[in-house]
Amino acid sequence: MPEMIRDGEIVSNEWQRLDADSIAENGVPESGKVIVPLAVWQAKKEALKARGDIGVCLDPGEEPEALADDVSALPLVAINFPAFKDGRGYSYARELRTRFGFTGELRAVGDVLRDQLFYLWRVGFNAFEVRDDRDIQEALSGLKDYTVTYQGDVHDPRPIYRRA
Amino acid sequence: MYVYQDHDQTLLEERVAQFRDQTRRYLAGSLSEDEFLALRLQNGLYIQRYAPMLRIAVPYGLLASKQLRTLAHVARTWDKGYAHVSTRQNIQLNWPAVEDVPDILAELAAVQMHAIQTSGNCIRNVTTDEFAGVNPDEIEDPRPWCEIIRQWSTFNPEFAYLPRKFKIAVNAVPDADPALIGVHDIGVQVIRDGNGDTAFQVWAGGGLGRTPMTGQVIGECVAWPDLLAYLEAILRVYNKYGNRDNKYKARIKILVKALGAEKFRELTEREFAELQGGPMTLTDAEVTRMRGYFTDLDYQPAGDGSALRQALDSDKAFSRWFHTNTRAHKHDGYRAVVLSLKKTGRAPGDISDEELEAVADLADRYSFGELRNTHQQNMVLADVRDEDLFALWQALDGLGFATPNFKLMTDMIACPGGDFCALANAKSLPIAEAIQRRFDDMDFLHDLGELDINISGCMNACGHHHIGHIGILGVDKKGREYYQITVGGRGDKVSKVGSKIGPSFEADEVPDVIAKLLDVYLESRLENEAFINTVERVGVEPFKERVYA
Repeated sequence: MPEMIRDGEIVSNEWQRLDADSIAENGVPESGKVIVPLAVWQAKKEALKARGDIGVCLDPGEEPEALADDVSALPLVAINFPAFKDGRGYSYARELRTRFGFTGELRAVGDVLRDQLFYLWRVGFNAFEVRDDRDIQEALSGLKDYTVTYQGDVHDPRPIYRRA
Repeated sequence: MYVYQDHDQTLLEERVAQFRDQTRRYLAGSLSEDEFLALRLQNGLYIQRYAPMLRIAVPYGLLASKQLRTLAHVARTWDKGYAHVSTRQNIQLNWPAVEDVPDILAELAAVQMHAIQTSGNCIRNVTTDEFAGVNPDEIEDPRPWCEIIRQWSTFNPEFAYLPRKFKIAVNAVPDADPALIGVHDIGVQVIRDGNGDTAFQVWAGGGLGRTPMTGQVIGECVAWPDLLAYLEAILRVYNKYGNRDNKYKARIKILVKALGAEKFRELTEREFAELQGGPMTLTDAEVTRMRGYFTDLDYQPAGDGSALRQALDSDKAFSRWFHTNTRAHKHDGYRAVVLSLKKTGRAPGDISDEELEAVADLADRYSFGELRNTHQQNMVLADVRDEDLFALWQALDGLGFATPNFKLMTDMIACPGGDFCALANAKSLPIAEAIQRRFDDMDFLHDLGELDINISGCMNACGHHHIGHIGILGVDKKGREYYQITVGGRGDKVSKVGSKIGPSFEADEVPDVIAKLLDVYLESRLENEAFINTVERVGVEPFKERVYA
């Protein structure tokens, strides 16, 4: 199984992420942990919701509001970064955590690289599928780039001027 | 000025270590060109036409003398011995080597300087009035608010990969716009609410560049504790909905225009409703702390003014400089002094290592060890005693910084242009110099009065050509450099974009075109009427007719 980072550790990735085309062809596998696109989730929500091993992937342009009623039922939400420079996912992550109170695994997928990891972690991602041509051990150290932050974040909402 | 605490210093040192590692990985080939591009830009490092360019942040333009000395040392050691003041009040080095940048950053960090977010699609250096804190017209010192915004925007994790660059300016002068908030992505106007408390009118959607436009008021009256929550709300709307498909349509101005101010306000208010009253709310203690860094300096009581009067009466050159290059100060007995970096033959805004050191000495001797960069690419010693003005003028004259042309025609803004910049379509500096050489008679310039000529080498508009009373824009026509002229822009009381007068010109035609524009003004002006006021009274048409006759 490929490796990924979850909660600051390198672990095996036991989730399978499927795109709309493969689901259209083969359907959603009957069992196993599967991440499906938002459109698939919305189309088959009633059936999938009960399973508890289905996660949803949001692409840029697909706002977390679409999952507002589902966050408590979802064990995992993935946010896709087709290119690391497209920063919409940062606001989506923050919204999922703070506005919608999502407490499950929030996973960054796509063009996920070491130098963005610290920011991604601060806005609420706890899991990272680092691009597979990169050294995951090195990427892990990206979570420790800074010890000082000025703003609050999802881990500590207090900005520096409200901390003791 | 703001004094770094241990945590601020730690943050800078962590930044140096991070960028050192990023540079190492880039040079070792494990970071791609494109990945490093985004990272180095967020650290102010461009790869330019002939060499890299490093843009060093000068928060709201304010520098301490020890920082000037470090800049001199850096320019001498790693560059060609000079630096350049930019229109965002920053400092640029034009010739550093990529592999030296981590060492340069370490040197800068030792005096609390950095290049964080001076470029890239993130929140840039916050700017304000270069006379902030001493300007008799301001309702309060805007710099504590600038510093609060600086800290909020520094490494803000949510807004590091915006659709496009993002510039914030703060102005505390009513009825004038010295910080150009009208042409910023966000402009913050410090106001008083109904109870006399500090509040903010928040503008969004202004900007120069390819599609210049002035911003619109989004927040009519934002209470001071809510400032950061309101800014965060705007940024979140922009981050989610700004155009990411076309970089020429990616600035917030395009979004605000497309949605309309009403809809944009509605989206902002929705985000704001969630943030208001939350942990981002500013505290009394924090604002008091920030104001504490910008309290009155140790001003001495005003003298009797006789020495100054005598010098003004007896020395005509000094008197001319005094009236042109010094400004009224909040405190009796003090003036703010503009150092003109616009002597003919000097690239506007350039300053050498030795000059930086000399200016640092003057700041220590005459102005509490502080100096400001201005967006017009000059420098300011903001707190000079009347008694010291004559001696300071003599020293500045010796350095070539006493040209009495502040706000006059030869006090031009010009970007580095095609001589340095890879983006430029045409050169800027030779145009500036040709104009300075053609119009070098001080009596004539003083008779002309206030006139802003702004020159940009391409439509990214770093030289603010749209808001020049006369704007000059370098364009490329079939591989040749041409210059398009606009008239009637302004960036003083209000921001206004100038009108194109017609087809563009070759470089050597530009001074003649300027001469014709001046002729029309001189023939049409009413008594004491400035160039821009004549343009606004008679319209652009007579200028156009004369130029293309």
